[in-house]
Amino acid sequence: MSQLYFTTEHEWINVEGNLGTVGITDYAQHALGDIVFVELPQAGAKVTKGGDAAVVESVKAASDVYSPVTGDVAAINDAIVDAPALVNEAPEAAGWFFQVALSNPAELEGLMDRAAYDEYVAGLE
Amino acid sequence: MRYLPLTDADRRTMLDAIGASSVDDLFRDVPVAARRDAPVDLPHHASEMEVERRLTALAQKNLSAGCAPFFIGAGAYRHHVPAAVDALIQRGEFLTSYTPYQAEVSQGTLQYLFEFQTQVALITGMDVANASMYDAATATAEAASMACRVTKRKKIILSGDLHPHYRSVTASTLQFTDLEVEALDPDPIGIEDMLGRIDSQTACVVVQNPSFFGRVNDLRALAAACHDEGALLVVVVAEPVSLGLVTSPGEMGADIVVAEGQSIGNGLNFGGPGLGLFSTKDKYVRQMPGRLIGQTVDSEGRRGWVLTLSTREQHIRREKATSNICTNSGLCALAFTIHLSLLGEEGLRKLARINHANAVILAEKLASVKGVKLLSQTFFNEFAVQLPKPAAEVVEALAAKRILGGVPVSRFYPNYPELADVLLLTATETNSEGDIDALVAALKEVL
Amino acid sequence: MTETFSGSRGLIIEEGLIFEQDTLGQSGVDLAEPAPVVDRLGGLERKGRIGLPGLSEPTVVRHYTRLSQKNFGIDSVFYPLGSCTMKHNPRLNEKLARLPGLSDIHPFQPQSTVQGALELIDMTAHWLKTLTGMPAIAMSPAAGAHGEFCGLMAIRAAFNDRGEKRTRVLVPESAHGTNPASAAACGFTVDTIPATARGRVDLAALKAKLGPDVAAIMVTNPNTCGLFEDEILEIAEAIHGVGGYFYCDGANYNAIVGRVRVADLGVDVMHINLHKTFSTPHGGGGPGAGPTVLSAALAPYAPLPAVVHDDKGFRLIEHAAESGAKPVGRIKGYHGQFGVFVRALAYMMSMGADGLRQASTDAVLNANYLLAQLGDDLSASFDGPCMHEALFDDRFLKDSGVTTLDFAKALIDEGYHPMTMYFPLVVHGALLMEPTETESKDTLDQFIASVRGLAKRAKAGEADGFKAAPVHTPRRRLDETLAARSPVLRWTPPAVAKAAE
Repeated sequence: MSQLYFTTEHEWINVEGNLGTVGITDYAQHALGDIVFVELPQAGAKVTKGGDAAVVESVKAASDVYSPVTGDVAAINDAIVDAPALVNEAPEAAGWFFQVALSNPAELEGLMDRAAYDEYVAGLE
Repeated sequence: MRYLPLTDADRRTMLDAIGASSVDDLFRDVPVAARRDAPVDLPHHASEMEVERRLTALAQKNLSAGCAPFFIGAGAYRHHVPAAVDALIQRGEFLTSYTPYQAEVSQGTLQYLFEFQTQVALITGMDVANASMYDAATATAEAASMACRVTKRKKIILSGDLHPHYRSVTASTLQFTDLEVEALDPDPIGIEDMLGRIDSQTACVVVQNPSFFGRVNDLRALAAACHDEGALLVVVVAEPVSLGLVTSPGEMGADIVVAEGQSIGNGLNFGGPGLGLFSTKDKYVRQMPGRLIGQTVDSEGRRGWVLTLSTREQHIRREKATSNICTNSGLCALAFTIHLSLLGEEGLRKLARINHANAVILAEKLASVKGVKLLSQTFFNEFAVQLPKPAAEVVEALAAKRILGGVPVSRFYPNYPELADVLLLTATETNSEGDIDALVAALKEVL
Repeated sequence: MTETFSGSRGLIIEEGLIFEQDTLGQSGVDLAEPAPVVDRLGGLERKGRIGLPGLSEPTVVRHYTRLSQKNFGIDSVFYPLGSCTMKHNPRLNEKLARLPGLSDIHPFQPQSTVQGALELIDMTAHWLKTLTGMPAIAMSPAAGAHGEFCGLMAIRAAFNDRGEKRTRVLVPESAHGTNPASAAACGFTVDTIPATARGRVDLAALKAKLGPDVAAIMVTNPNTCGLFEDEILEIAEAIHGVGGYFYCDGANYNAIVGRVRVADLGVDVMHINLHKTFSTPHGGGGPGAGPTVLSAALAPYAPLPAVVHDDKGFRLIEHAAESGAKPVGRIKGYHGQFGVFVRALAYMMSMGADGLRQASTDAVLNANYLLAQLGDDLSASFDGPCMHEALFDDRFLKDSGVTTLDFAKALIDEGYHPMTMYFPLVVHGALLMEPTETESKDTLDQFIASVRGLAKRAKAGEADGFKAAPVHTPRRRLDETLAARSPVLRWTPPAVAKAAE
């Protein structure tokens, strides 16, 4: 049974067991525009909650992608390195960035669910 | 004043439209203490004729290179620039245009910079080049910094054969970062042991070819030694005309090549503005500083060019940028591109041959001067000689005879007494046989 | 419209790359045969083709002439680019910079043979010091960003000299990107200060961020919203109060050059963009020059070289030992952007103290005229008066389907270079207009008419025309996404390109 959470920095994390798949939301990809390049962490690297994990670049902007949780990077999505457009097309599915093995699942409690995130985004506009 | 189109009537009409009673109203946020009530204590406006008179007077206090036998190099080289270059760069659409951010009205600038990038990559033997930096010295600092980003290491070794300005600018520029710059002692006869110094902490080794002291070196063994340890080889070229005759740094295994582009298309101009060339391998392109022009298509499918990979730069990445550079050296790059276009493959090769031949003839004739010893066993158009007395004195004595006979190395290295007798001499295609004979005769008199 | 066979359209001529016009063996330069010599290359003669195209002179001249015809330039159009100061580039400057006595001189000639050049650098320095009221200047920075770097280096050196370790630099969020980039290059961390609703630095927020670890604040004044920082004396006092320095980004100096004594604003160091305020040409992206004035406290740390003047004449100080000071080293080869100094000095002499004062007056007047005339049609971000530039945002385009970008592209079809877009970041969809003093009222009125017309059209919901713009240019909108996703940064010979596939 997987659980989907969101951060105020527009990342999502889909957690199954101890493994979380991380990406950026549809709102984020829309705000960035056409994505031209992504820089992913190394597999095995350590990430911390709220710390820099990846970089996503569009033509006019470069944004840091933060890890929603602390842990070790278990896998990275090479597909978006080869075809950054995938992040625009399927940001919350095939356009995922990396997977983290959570070291502290309690951190998930501070994150938003879909309804709360949608409300948060509505408040931004 | 001829550059100010507004009339007093205009000003009054505009103030009315703004709703202000006087212009002083518009400056009301300026603290009273800082306001100037009257023009500053400097001369008032002057006509063209008057300004021309004053600056011509200053110009006449200088001995221009064309008025005397001239043999000075040391990073700035005198070449003949075809008349078409200056005529073209003075076209208002080139001279007075801005950075090509609005691509649809800047295709001229973007296309010539794309051609420039290609030419720089070709002559240096590398994959890709940027759209210019300020000069070779700052480009060297940027290259060293880039090598540290690429290798994730902190140690930079600067060869003793680098132009002293390239060395000091690199050391000064990086002094407040956590990078470590080791500058080896000046190396006029090429005995430094660079190979022995490279280890797993080394980010890069920076050498110059031809060296500051003139020597042409085979860098292949050095490149291999660097790569064995995971370090990068940065090569600086002070005289790009040499690339018409000497094996390119790219072919010898360089990872980053920077150069001073001034000698192609740009005059001496007392050393400024310069033109920094910067090229590297495809795999490092995202770590390269400076602007990049990329090819693309427009909405009707026609080929065109744009600034690209901007996300590396200061206006987007801000403190995480690869460099803080914004304005670079566009018009100098255009002059370089046009001159190199005029020369072409055959012209550049021939120009390089003429330069080398003149330098060889100069060296051969100097062999007849007692006490002058050639230090550079190999060279392109510049070499070092040892004199029987301090080179600075000799240069002053030659100047008194209206001969600009090279640069004493002591000008750059006043604290190295063993270099006090060393003189750098350059011969380009602008030197006649008469010039060379005059220099030789004068040296015989002053030595 | 019928397509032509050539692809050209009258004066807009299709022109390929020089590499595509290669004629083997041709050259546009006549060179004598090199004398036969035994070479001294140590066996390192270049083998194989370099790959440069061979072209005759007529081909080259036609090629670059055609390229020039695809560019806007100040000579031909109005460029209201905020913070760029696109003023007229006088041709007298070009003529004088080409005098052989100023252009055909080598930086390492014996100094006795270049006294005029050294005097020129000294004179230019004198004008800049007198105008700003500052006691010292570093002439070597090659551009504004380089000047920022120079100033921050001096600040860092000053603290090191006192044995104080300070790591933070405060930078307003409206600052130009070079500010934080330059600070980072000096090993500082950057702390951002927000703006107030009035578009100025938030003094309270600034004070809250101060501490004994703050080395400096970097403030652009007038700021990037085109407003004079009216609490500038308080800002200076606040940073000085913790022993820090006030770096002023002088990009907008044109607004105040003849009317304000910078030294009296509490500034410790400021770079000046000669290619902005002092009319030297932008050249499609340089060269510029960024001489940096310094206070007495920071003067000892200015980089080498310096020009000094005594009874023996003018002399270059090229080594720390002879400087009598503690220079932070050397940041540029040779002696600075001399060719740019000649042009700037010719301009300063032409304008004179009175002309420069009138220039800042007219620059501010022109910008306020635009603000007054366009305030109703566009959305002005802040109440006036502004200084030399007027800031608008995209509120007036709300629900129109037209973005700031689209609006700017439509302006191109009207025959104007667009204003600065999306900068500063403190307002949404910024449109920053700096007319400068060298534009006539007629030009401004024509520009105003075009902008009003476009604003009306946008608000009427006619977005399609804007999305398609520009339509009258040699190229339509270019695909920047493609350029970034699949970078092609040079021409490659077809055989090589094919092999690589």
